[in-house]
Amino acid sequence: MRSSRSATKTQRHEEHVGLVSCLRAVVAVSILAGGAFVVEAQSPHFKVGRTPTADEIKAWDIAVGPDGRELPPGRGTVARGKVVYVEQCARCHGATAVEGPEMPLVGGKGSLNTAKPLKTIGSYWPYATTLFDYINRAMPFDRPTVMSADDVYAVTGFLLNLNGIIADQDVMDAKTLPAVRMPNRGGFVPDPRPDVGPPPKAKAKGGA
Amino acid sequence: MIRPRRAFLQLLALGSGALAACRAKAPAPLPSFLGAPISPYGERSPFVHAVRQASDRTRTPEQASSLTPLADTYGIITPSSLHFERHHSGVPKIDPAQHRLMIHGMVERPLVLTMEELQRLPSQSRIHFVECSGNSGNGWAPTPRSTVQGTHGLTSCSEWTGVKLSLLLDEVGVQPGASWILAEGADPAKMTRSVPLAKALDDAMVVYAQNGEPIRPEQGFPIRLFLPGFEGNANIKWLRRLKVVDKPYETREETSKYTDLMADGSARQFTLMMDAKSVVTHPSGGQRLSGPGFHEIAGIAWTGRGRVTRVEVSIDGGKTWQDASLQEPVLPRAHTRFRLPWEWDGAETVVASRVTDETGYVQPSREALVAVRGLNSNYHNNMIQAWKVKADGTVEYAVI
Repeated sequence: MRSSRSATKTQRHEEHVGLVSCLRAVVAVSILAGGAFVVEAQSPHFKVGRTPTADEIKAWDIAVGPDGRELPPGRGTVARGKVVYVEQCARCHGATAVEGPEMPLVGGKGSLNTAKPLKTIGSYWPYATTLFDYINRAMPFDRPTVMSADDVYAVTGFLLNLNGIIADQDVMDAKTLPAVRMPNRGGFVPDPRPDVGPPPKAKAKGGA
Repeated sequence: MIRPRRAFLQLLALGSGALAACRAKAPAPLPSFLGAPISPYGERSPFVHAVRQASDRTRTPEQASSLTPLADTYGIITPSSLHFERHHSGVPKIDPAQHRLMIHGMVERPLVLTMEELQRLPSQSRIHFVECSGNSGNGWAPTPRSTVQGTHGLTSCSEWTGVKLSLLLDEVGVQPGASWILAEGADPAKMTRSVPLAKALDDAMVVYAQNGEPIRPEQGFPIRLFLPGFEGNANIKWLRRLKVVDKPYETREETSKYTDLMADGSARQFTLMMDAKSVVTHPSGGQRLSGPGFHEIAGIAWTGRGRVTRVEVSIDGGKTWQDASLQEPVLPRAHTRFRLPWEWDGAETVVASRVTDETGYVQPSREALVAVRGLNSNYHNNMIQAWKVKADGTVEYAVI
């Protein structure tokens, strides 16, 4: 139901956009005569595609990077997050996010350099924005995108709180979330490979 | 018109078949009856049974992997139907007429392409492997898998056809300061990875075909990002968006997953290159040699860094090594088939292979890998794989 409805919406949007870009091409040509800024409707060499509208880009551009620039408006408390967690997450991640059947989301602090490392949000994840981004795009597993931005902020905050990273009264929003410092933020290093065997011929320039 | 005649012939054939069954071990009679008619889409023989196998950690089949039966594939091309799978939220059913690719971010001219428009562009076909970085990861733990499908089945090799990503980036005009590309899929998990711009401008492609037909749904229909030699997960399937950016986006799959934990608790990130690897597929675990005498040792070797230049095989548990022959074509970032004739004397022995690539990199032993990385890194295990051939001809997992 949901997908067929959104497909129709997309089609309508496409038609609308097509019309707009036709109009824009006409406008562009007339502006070109005056030497003003031109929005091209198609690629310059092979003349394919069309220019997406600003709204279209905004609707697609859901990825949230570490600086949080793309975070949507909204806010969520830890208390609300607990409610959302019970409704949306607990059936796979367990009542307190350690029981599973999915991997624990809490705990493992100090375990990374032991024989039994436990990689959780608290012990391993380097950025809090990743948590928002992933929940927002992919959770709950069988019904992604059902949660509002407020609820994603809230459940993100709840999980950070469960891991002892933010306080009970902290509120997560576009400003506070990117400022959260994750415990394992400094735990990642660049790829040093090749790291075994003889030095590779291609890089044999001397020095390190 | 034809039907009654065919039924009569089949009846005749049945009769003669029954007669043949009565005579024990008689040679097969000359073919004397009609075969099956032409068909719109071919199927393999009903006597061939090799299938993909779910990895043993499967809890949710939509969020799982399946492994290629390497011991039952030949040459260097993996049949599309047997290409390994790794999905994070199931295989989406995508109508290519509705699908779009958007390229935006730090570009002069953001662009939306239909699939028809993409396929109008200059294209190229290249033979490359795709390998999950978790392939042969069981080597980190002392948990033997019974077959080469179980140990190494997360690699497959196909001919891929598509458009060079550098061409698309030229169309949109990458702005100065850009250094990464964020690629996003149209699966429900909207799988997202950051890819270095240098790779995008080098040999990356947006592919729409595999082994001569449109790419299979399990491999990203209608389009996937293809990064030759880079770990499978970064080759985003069902590609819908490429955003040109100036830093990695630190997505879930490049932080909490697909990072390699070292013994000291630090983790390597963006370990995208697939190191050189080889494995003997015959004889391999689960097979049974019929007896002493001639057997061809065969296997595959590959490297994300270019071409395979040498494969050595040991038939004495790693004490001595001899060069196997490399079967042409030997292509960069593709499976390479190696072969070595072998007279088996019937005594228990251990066979193994070791690849060298064009950068001079030599496939390491498990011991050498563990000495550098410890036991917790999960991904990128490319250790030498051995198989023990027992006196009764059965073959088992072994470590040398």
